[in-house]
Amino acid sequence: MRIFDPHIHMTSRTTDDYERMRDAGVRAVVEPAFWLGQPRTSPDTFADYFDSLLGWEPYRASQFGIRHHCTIALNPKEANDPRCRGVLDLLPRYLAKDGVVAVGEVGYDSMTPDEDEAFRAQLEAAKEFGLPALVHTPHRDKVAGTRRSLDVVKESGLPPEHVLIDHLNELTVEMVLESGCWLGFSVYPDTKMDERRMVALLQKYGTDRMVVNSAADWGRSDPLKTAKVGVAMLEAGFGEDDVDRVLWRNPVGFYAQSGRLELSEGEPDAEYAGNTVRRGG
Amino acid sequence: MPSDRILDEALDAAGRAWLADAEARCAADPDAVARLFPAARRACGRGTLPTGRPVAEAARIRLLLALPLRGEELGRAAFDLYRHGDTAERLAVLRGLDPLDHHRALGEAGLPIVRDALRTNDTRLIEAAAGPYAAARLDDDAYRQAVLKCVFVGVPVTSVAGLADRADGELARMAADHARERRAAGRDVPPDVERILRLAGEREF
Repeated sequence: MRIFDPHIHMTSRTTDDYERMRDAGVRAVVEPAFWLGQPRTSPDTFADYFDSLLGWEPYRASQFGIRHHCTIALNPKEANDPRCRGVLDLLPRYLAKDGVVAVGEVGYDSMTPDEDEAFRAQLEAAKEFGLPALVHTPHRDKVAGTRRSLDVVKESGLPPEHVLIDHLNELTVEMVLESGCWLGFSVYPDTKMDERRMVALLQKYGTDRMVVNSAADWGRSDPLKTAKVGVAMLEAGFGEDDVDRVLWRNPVGFYAQSGRLELSEGEPDAEYAGNTVRRGG
Repeated sequence: MPSDRILDEALDAAGRAWLADAEARCAADPDAVARLFPAARRACGRGTLPTGRPVAEAARIRLLLALPLRGEELGRAAFDLYRHGDTAERLAVLRGLDPLDHHRALGEAGLPIVRDALRTNDTRLIEAAAGPYAAARLDDDAYRQAVLKCVFVGVPVTSVAGLADRADGELARMAADHARERRAAGRDVPPDVERILRLAGEREF
C-alpha cells in the first residue's frame, strides 16, 4: 500500500512518527500552513514558519524516505488578528516557491468579515499563481460554513477541479460532490471522521475525487489514519486498486495540477539510509 | 562557478531566453530578483551541469551577478534572498558568495549568510557554507568551528574549502579532543579527524 497523506502537520510530529509512517507505506505528504495552537502575533513568525515548511521539514522528511511538499496561506483563525494581516503581503514571495503545491489552508473558522476578506484575497492569489486551493471548513456551524465556502469559491472563478474542500462529513459531502470540487476527509481518533464512517461514505459515493488525510497535528491525532482507512477499505471488500486510487492517485491528481509536485526524484529510497535527523553542535 | 558557456549549453532555447530576460530585469531593478530567483528552476529545468550542480543553481548565481549592486548593498540583497529562500535558493546564494566576492566586491558583507547557514542542522547548507568564500573570509575561530561542525554532522572535510591552508594547531587540538570523546563513548572516530591532524601537522612542521 503506497500512501500520499495530503494533509498532515509534520512540524508538530516526532521522528518516531516519521518512522511509523514510512513503515505503514507513507511515501509522500503535503503539509498545509495552519495555526500552531498558540496564536502568533507578527508576520515575521509566519515567515519563519513558511521557511521551515520549505526547508527544514522537507529535509527531516527526506531522512525517513518521505517526500514533503507544502501549501502556504494565512489561515482563517489568525486572519482575524490585525497584527497578522501583513502575512498576506508575504504570500507572493512564498507562493513562487517550487515546493508549494497549493494555496491553503484558507476558508472559514468563525465566518467573520476579516476571514471573508482573507479567503477571497487568497483565492485570487491562487488564480494569479496557477495554484490549486485547499479549503478548510469550520468545525462549528459546519454545514452553513461549507455552503458559504462553496459560494465564495464559485464567485472567485477558480475552476472547481482546482479546489479541495476539506474536513467533510456525512452532512456536507453531497453539496461538495455537486460542486465539482475535490472532497477531503480528515480521519481522527475521536472527532471529524473515523475509518468505519469513511468506508461507508466511499461505499455510498464512490472513490471519484475522494481524498483521505490524517490531518495529524499537535492535538490528539494519528498519523497512521490513512493506512488504517486503507485496511478498513480492504476488509470491507474494496480492491487494492480502489485503495491506491483513494490513498495515492487522487491526492496526486489534485496537487499535480500545480505543476510542482515532484515524486520521481522523491522516491527517496536511495538516500533513506540512517534515518536519523543529524544533530549539529 | 561554472562558466557562462557551460550553463548556456545546458539550457534549451526557452531557458536561455528566460535567463537573458531575467538578467536584464534584475540589472534594471534589483527588486525584480525576489520573484525571478524562485522561478528559475521551473524556467531552466531540473537538470544538472557536468559539475554535478543543478542548472537552476547556476542560473540563480547569474541573477545574483546581474544585480546592479556591490559591497554592503549587495550583501543585504543576497541576505534577503537567502532569508526568504527555500533550500535550493539558499544553496545558490551560498555558492554564489565566492563569485560575488571576486566580481562584485562583496567583501565581508556575505558573512552573515555564512554564519546563519553554519548554525543550521541541514548538512547541505553547512557543506555549501564551508566553501571558498568562508575559507577566504571567516576568522580563525569561526573557520575552525565550521570544520569541526562538518566533522560532527558528517559533511566530508574533503568538501571544506581551504583546509590545507588553514588547518592549524588549535584545529588539530579540537579534532583530537573530539576523537577522544568518541573513543570514551565507545564510538568509532571519523576518518576525517585523521585527515585534519595530518593537514595540520604538514602546516605546523
